[in-house]
Amino acid sequence: MAQMTMIQAITDALRTELRNDENVLVFGEDVGVNGGVFRATEGLQKEFGEERVFDTPLAESGIGGLAIGLSTQGYRPVPEIQFFGFVYEVMDSISGQMARWRYRTGGSYHAPITIRSPFGGGVHTPELHADSLEGLMAQQPGLKVVIPSTPYDAKGLLISAIRDNDPVIFLEHMKLYRSFRQEVPEEEYTIPLGKAEVKKEGKDLSIITYGAMVHDSIKAAEALEKEGHSVEVIDLRTISPLDIETIIKSVEKTNRAIVVQEAQKQAGIAANVVAEINDRAILSLDAPVLRVTAPDTVYPFSQAEPVWLPNHKDIIETAKKVLEF
Amino acid sequence: MASKAKAAQVDAVKTLESIEEKFEMVQVLNEKGEVINDKMMPDLSDEQLVELMSRMVYTRILDQRSISLNRQGRLGFYAPTAGQEASAIASHFALEKEDFILPGYRDVPQIIWHGLPLYKAFLFSRGHFAGNQIPEDVNVIPPQIIIGAQYVQTAGVALGLKKRGKKAVAATYTGDGGSSQGDFYEGINFAGAFGAPAVFIVQNNQFAISTPREKQTAAATIAQKAVAAGIPGVLVDGMDPLAVYAVVREARERAINGEGPSLIETLCYRYGPHTMAGDDPTRYRTSDTDNEWEKKDPIVRFRIYLEGKGLWSEEKENEVIEKAKEEIKEAIKKADDTPKQKVTDLISNMFEELPYNLQEQYEIYKEKESK
Repeated sequence: MAQMTMIQAITDALRTELRNDENVLVFGEDVGVNGGVFRATEGLQKEFGEERVFDTPLAESGIGGLAIGLSTQGYRPVPEIQFFGFVYEVMDSISGQMARWRYRTGGSYHAPITIRSPFGGGVHTPELHADSLEGLMAQQPGLKVVIPSTPYDAKGLLISAIRDNDPVIFLEHMKLYRSFRQEVPEEEYTIPLGKAEVKKEGKDLSIITYGAMVHDSIKAAEALEKEGHSVEVIDLRTISPLDIETIIKSVEKTNRAIVVQEAQKQAGIAANVVAEINDRAILSLDAPVLRVTAPDTVYPFSQAEPVWLPNHKDIIETAKKVLEF
Repeated sequence: MASKAKAAQVDAVKTLESIEEKFEMVQVLNEKGEVINDKMMPDLSDEQLVELMSRMVYTRILDQRSISLNRQGRLGFYAPTAGQEASAIASHFALEKEDFILPGYRDVPQIIWHGLPLYKAFLFSRGHFAGNQIPEDVNVIPPQIIIGAQYVQTAGVALGLKKRGKKAVAATYTGDGGSSQGDFYEGINFAGAFGAPAVFIVQNNQFAISTPREKQTAAATIAQKAVAAGIPGVLVDGMDPLAVYAVVREARERAINGEGPSLIETLCYRYGPHTMAGDDPTRYRTSDTDNEWEKKDPIVRFRIYLEGKGLWSEEKENEVIEKAKEEIKEAIKKADDTPKQKVTDLISNMFEELPYNLQEQYEIYKEKESK
């Protein structure tokens, strides 16, 4: 075991898979000699060479096409999109192409591609760096969307994502890259995609969340506990497909739930979680399922992040509305 | 134009003109079937010349029958190919079996000649997944509908071939309109930056639906767009099978020798509408232009050339036509006999392992299908 930040755990997962499978290729803007703008690919080109870890021209759409083309030749591409706000440039390659690759060829081809990309607020980035656009990806049949919140999860989920034979979008929250360390096994391990984790057990309320909001939710749960409420926190880890079993089991136990996301109310995936609970567990509910989200504006100018981003106080407030309904 | 009053310090106009002068059209056979450029004459045996002509005639018949079958409602989406036989078929003839083709939606003939069974091409037209299930030893992907996407993907396929150390190329096609897309530029630029073995072909058939080539760009040729990627560009008479074959073969040689990609513009014409989905070319094209291009017909000039060499006859041509019609009839029958698609089939083709939502929906549709 070693104490790792999430970014170190990601590098460790990439190193593990570059060693395990000679078809794994890591490429993107500045991921080679520079080791990535966040050091996620630090040292990898030196260890595995320019044939395995390489820089590309500055064009996201081209990177997406490159990944698809390489997959037809038996490679397992792990491209990086420098910031997920730039996904609009590569929407066709992702949603229009690789997500459909297996289906449109009736299984003749498939796209074992993992797209890594940082996102998320709280670190005062310039425009279109921090936007939460996972909702767009979650709406596309053919994709899986993974968002880890801890170093341990990041490593196990990234190894699983790379080994998956269909495209996976792996979104890394910038605020979580170096915010804390955690014990992470040095050996390889996997965490199944599509499986949530109960990060904290409780009986009175389920908080269903993902990304940086997992930590705000735990903070809120601890505060609520001091006031006598027992709160369960579920980290979805994979937001598409959802782990229905874990969500419903928790709601059937607590009878109350809120869904917490950093994205705007009209975005993200909270509405989908609410709909699934309504479909499957309405008779267990003692209160409506409410959402904690950002306002439906464009992502804030950096100085406005503190008043705009949802935080533990918003979560406590909404949790109380549900608890006192 | 440059100002006469004051001598320009930087004569940008002259630079442009000097670049444009470099892209002269390569031609081997003129409209009368005469060899006008002996130096460019490709090294093809008599059998190969006859095979090339047979494929072009077959493809013309395939177009006529496809239009007719589409009108009868026995085919769906269809983008006519008549007029583009030299551009499509002779360029394909320059490729080898190990080469990988990324076609656009009008490039069905190329993937058929590369090994896609005809009945599958008809199933593609009708909208059946079995049409896109490519036989394992056939290096093609299904026709690409998103104009330009095949270009960025080609850069990736070519880089893959290079990394695997294969002596093969990735070849792709788009139209004149497609050269305005970002993916067109990114594709050729990526392939150039990686020195990847790709052959990018632009079939300039003068119109993108109703929009004439002049409205796509102020550039005098599309071939010169290769300059932006720092790769060789060639303009070729796309109605001349020998010239098309020669330039594609050369581009392939350069690519497999590690000299990187090329861009080839084939100047050609589609005689029919853009697609069979209601496009009416009389709205945007005059019959004078049509007639002018019909005089340049690739089959006519190649026929004269081969007849002159005693390699072709009316009898031979009729044999090819009959064979084509017979095989088309059989292929349509085989397409008819293909089982109908079920939702459970479509679900099964989504992932290697179905996620929970699709597992649930699979059961729901399986139940519906069992009734």
